[in-house]
Amino acid sequence: MNLMPEFSHALVVCISAIFTQNILLSYFLGLCPFIGSSREIKSALGLGAAVIFVMTCTCALNWLVYHKVLVPLHLEFFRFIMFIIVIAAFVQFVEMAIDRLSPSLYQKLGVFLPLITVNCAILGASLFMVIRDYNFISTVGYGLGSGTGWFMAIVVMANIRTRLNNDAIPKGLQGAGITLIIVGIMALAFIGFTGVLAGK
Amino acid sequence: MKRREIKNLVYEGLWKNNPVFVQVLGICSTLAVTNLVLNTIVMCAALVLTLSLSALTVSILREFTPRNIRMMVETLIIAFYVIIIDVLLKAYWPHMSESLGPYVGLIITNCIVMGRCEACAISNPPFKAILDAIFNAFGYSFILLIIATIREVLGMGTFLGFNVPYFSSQYWDKWTIMVMPPSAFFVLAIIIWVFRSIQMSREDKKK
Repeated sequence: MNLMPEFSHALVVCISAIFTQNILLSYFLGLCPFIGSSREIKSALGLGAAVIFVMTCTCALNWLVYHKVLVPLHLEFFRFIMFIIVIAAFVQFVEMAIDRLSPSLYQKLGVFLPLITVNCAILGASLFMVIRDYNFISTVGYGLGSGTGWFMAIVVMANIRTRLNNDAIPKGLQGAGITLIIVGIMALAFIGFTGVLAGK
Repeated sequence: MKRREIKNLVYEGLWKNNPVFVQVLGICSTLAVTNLVLNTIVMCAALVLTLSLSALTVSILREFTPRNIRMMVETLIIAFYVIIIDVLLKAYWPHMSESLGPYVGLIITNCIVMGRCEACAISNPPFKAILDAIFNAFGYSFILLIIATIREVLGMGTFLGFNVPYFSSQYWDKWTIMVMPPSAFFVLAIIIWVFRSIQMSREDKKK
């Protein structure tokens, strides 16, 4: 069986999920943890990496659950609950694994890991994957791309915010306000990527 | 329950502890639909329903919920109501359901729903929980409606699909950016700025 076209489709999906259809910058998903934990570069890196990993794995798992269990049983409307359960269970597993392997990372991310369960980006990626009717390989590509896009956005954001520390910002704009304006400018810049993949 | 307490809940939800500009919670799943006022109204209605019903349920079940699995129970309760809304919307308004896409389902992970269940409903009687939930949802909705109105009027010159005088005429250059994602961030940031400044100046006066 020739898998080449499928892989190239998955690659296109992956790249477009990173640049042209970034899950944070054009779909607004995962904003709460983004604003909450983009103060420090280190925690941004850790959380971003965790999101890439969790998103890729849960997208693949949810694809299997949806197409192999829910569709044959005609229980498609049940997908919200199934997806949430899969994600929660998986995050629990990751939490335990990080606790074992790297206690220092666990201490930094301890607060945020449960937040990944209610990170809309993770559930959002799974729901988009259903709506757009991706096949399995594209789903993995999409999960990886969306996670990478989110990771990139939060790391860039953390870098910008550490440079903002000494700047005089109006009092009402400090914290969330200025972060949102910077995200807006980033989103504006990412619009420039539209058209890169227009031929596909 | 005393009237003063109710008044306090209203004040907290709508203004002092507003979910959007004070707590900055749950903006993710709803910002995306603020390019049209109609979509925003439907989305906010869905949120008000989900939030109040799930707060009520969580509050009624609070004595039977084991403490260590309460998050899971809360999530399942929220998901239950969201599924009902999603199915109803698909059946009676398929066009709207299609244009909202995955965002109705994403109410499940909207932090404000979980936040109110955790902060209030899990430890308070049903009546207080539902009032708290409703006014938080209203506080959330009115900000989003402001954003949606600004974006639709400036970006398309319409309000709820009807032409607005001046903005839909040839004298107004439509701001295409307002229909695109970045503007949602900008408008939200400006709204946070304005409302926080008003809050701060009021607090200064009190002192």
